[in-house]
Amino acid sequence: MGNFGQLMDGFVVALTVHHVMIMVIGVLLGLVVGVLPGLGAPNGVSLLLPLTFTMDPIAAIILLTSMYWGALFGGSTTSILFNIPGEPSSVATTFDGHPMAKRGEAVRALTLAFGSAGFGAMVGVVVITLLSGWVANFALQFGSPEYFAVYFMAFASFIGMAGGSPFKTLVCIMLGLAVGTVGMDTISGEGRLTFGITQLTNGISFLIVVIGLFGIGELLLTIDEGYKFDGVKAKLSLRVILRTLAELPRYWVTLLRSALIGCWMGITPGGPTAASFMSYALGRRFSRRGKYFGKGEPEGIVAPETADHSAGSCALLPMLALGVPGSATAAVMMGGLMIWGLSPGPMLFTTRPDFVWGLIASMYLGNVIAVVLVLATVPIFAWILRAPFTVVGPLIAIVCLIGAYTVSNHMFDIWVALAFGLVGYVFKKLDYPLAPFVLAVVLGDKAEDAFRQSMLSSGGSLSVFFEGSLVATMMGIGILLLSLPLLQIIFAALFRRGDSTDAGQTSRP
Amino acid sequence: MQITSLRKSVLTASALAVGLTGATAALAEWKPNRPVELVVSAGPGGGSDIFTRVVQAALTKNKLVETPLIVVNKPGGSGSEAFNYAEDNVGSPYKVYFGTQDAYVLPLGTKVNYAMKDLTPVASMVFDVFILWSNPKASGINTAQEFVAKAKENPGKVRVAGAKAKDADETVVTLVERAAGIDLAYIPYKSGSEAAIQVAGGHIEANTNNPSESLEQWKAGNQKPLCVFTSARLTDKTVVADGMSWADIPTCVEAGIDVKDFVQPRTVWMAADVPPEAVAYYTDLMKKAMDTPEFKDYTTRNVQITKFMAGDELKAFLAEQTKNYEKIYADNNWLLPASQ
Repeated sequence: MGNFGQLMDGFVVALTVHHVMIMVIGVLLGLVVGVLPGLGAPNGVSLLLPLTFTMDPIAAIILLTSMYWGALFGGSTTSILFNIPGEPSSVATTFDGHPMAKRGEAVRALTLAFGSAGFGAMVGVVVITLLSGWVANFALQFGSPEYFAVYFMAFASFIGMAGGSPFKTLVCIMLGLAVGTVGMDTISGEGRLTFGITQLTNGISFLIVVIGLFGIGELLLTIDEGYKFDGVKAKLSLRVILRTLAELPRYWVTLLRSALIGCWMGITPGGPTAASFMSYALGRRFSRRGKYFGKGEPEGIVAPETADHSAGSCALLPMLALGVPGSATAAVMMGGLMIWGLSPGPMLFTTRPDFVWGLIASMYLGNVIAVVLVLATVPIFAWILRAPFTVVGPLIAIVCLIGAYTVSNHMFDIWVALAFGLVGYVFKKLDYPLAPFVLAVVLGDKAEDAFRQSMLSSGGSLSVFFEGSLVATMMGIGILLLSLPLLQIIFAALFRRGDSTDAGQTSRP
Repeated sequence: MQITSLRKSVLTASALAVGLTGATAALAEWKPNRPVELVVSAGPGGGSDIFTRVVQAALTKNKLVETPLIVVNKPGGSGSEAFNYAEDNVGSPYKVYFGTQDAYVLPLGTKVNYAMKDLTPVASMVFDVFILWSNPKASGINTAQEFVAKAKENPGKVRVAGAKAKDADETVVTLVERAAGIDLAYIPYKSGSEAAIQVAGGHIEANTNNPSESLEQWKAGNQKPLCVFTSARLTDKTVVADGMSWADIPTCVEAGIDVKDFVQPRTVWMAADVPPEAVAYYTDLMKKAMDTPEFKDYTTRNVQITKFMAGDELKAFLAEQTKNYEKIYADNNWLLPASQ
């Protein structure tokens, strides 16, 4: 329990008026940055970085991590209110969060998201506290085959997801993989699928795809199907917030499962985005109300949010212990560490325990502050939805286009976003699922790199994926997840026949 | 008629005068009056990114600039995105580009959308050195000689990790292959630190890397330096790990691999057609940055060779470097078909 003593020392460092003030400022700045898509946490943190040069490293990292938490929360806000994910990892929150807000329950949706996010983050921090010594060595066991196995599990959990046609899911994954391929290839150093268009050599940014598919796509759909926004009915009373918080413990199974998935994906190289998708997919599969997912189901908000935030917290650990950042934001913060004169790596825990444990203690406090502050903003955000669509609609369009432009300051990106808006509209109309498409865009390129690196180092032998116990276990779980729908059909056929009539009923939309 | 023409000439004369005084004043003290973008040809967290941010920190902290400096990462297309951006912003004195040899090497092997005429060289500040590392525990390789011996026994089987394809790391690996007469399996990763972790975890036998990216793993005993790709040994004599200092690492030539001077310059550029007084301003600014304690800390920590080059010296250096790389690329068959 040496960790506990060190954590207490950490609290002594973090719990000064100066540091708590910094946390509040950081969280507020993060919220603002997170709410604007395209600006996002990585850009926000790098904008703030110069300010920290004159601060001492502990205060500086507290400011940056608090901003990171704030941005993560802010990203969920726009996902729920406008169907525009402010952060890649909050894409999965749109699936149920936005339908719920549309139904007039924006306050409930936001509170559910923030409450479960806070829970997820706490679990993540506790895991870091308990396992800090062990994680560094564990993460070192990940070679390219293991990386591939982690991505394979994420894909498998989606193909095996209940509901929807497996054929359509497969088509979406393939299209997503094709989009992810565009640009410079890591392994060969050649451009692919660029068609001689200069702007495409840099690849298509994931954020632009998401802004188009979700933000603009949803806007087109709303115009097409007539405006049915029930935001006006939203009750803004404090009682709704409290009642929703009291409702949270009911979803304890989902909370725990999602937190575990999040921690796992945060420690391994999967990252928060993959974690939230996987958690959503598994939530849909294992929840009793899985068939209602996508229509504004509370568990559909709880699952991705919990996983997103526990992964976000856990991802800081490999960064400190190995010097390999788990996300773009973590990469910027790591650059900061080096400028302040600290080298992330296995020795950081022994050379600067005050820094490491001060940071971990600040994660406890920062998250509590973030949850309180963002719950306080819920009425303000819900109030925005009360405005008529003639006001909100153009506002969303402006936010989307500015967001697309600010990703890398290219006019071309705006056209790409608009094109993906059309794609999103067509997909929705034809009932093709967007989630597998997005997942493939995010992970396709990484999975491909990991696969080809494994092949290069094994000399082309596929057995490399089943040689070590770690990689074999993960591939095994992946294959199991993949065949789950098949197994379920077989079991249903073998055992109770009564179940099959029930299944027939549920498969109707 | 006469009056108007007279008035006209007076006007032009006065305009000329204003223009002239304006120009001389500007040449003497051109200063940015709005935020300056520091564009990095790499993603956040990488070597070029940290270099840029150290410059940013050194300048901001010591109040050497009055306007804010904003670091912008343009890592797309192996960094060509950053230099494309220079082409998009011809003549802008508010954008300074930070890279390595990539600026002049990229156009040799890949189809990029800029040419060297789109860039104005400002300065080369430091050299990063390259070291060949192994994982002594997992691979049993403790010296460069053992590395070569093992590669001779298992042709094409000894794996070397590095950052990106057809970039500095792969280049140096091909130089090693040719100098030692061996065949290695090069495996590209997204960044040097990712490659280092693969070696530290025992998944790959060796990697080439800048000292700082493997330093922590050396201290932890997961990596060991085999030889350094410089003509003379490094100078830093402080003991790092196992009683060894940077100065104790043999040069690769000493160790029997005849690759003399493979170093990576950290270069600073501007777009084409920028006002010369702005170039002078930034050259001077970079020189000032190098004298700050923050920058000195950085070069010590990263075991770099400090050498400031600007103006004609830099141009001569760039010309020579480009010629060397053309030869290497031709030998490796990496040149673009069009430029062959």
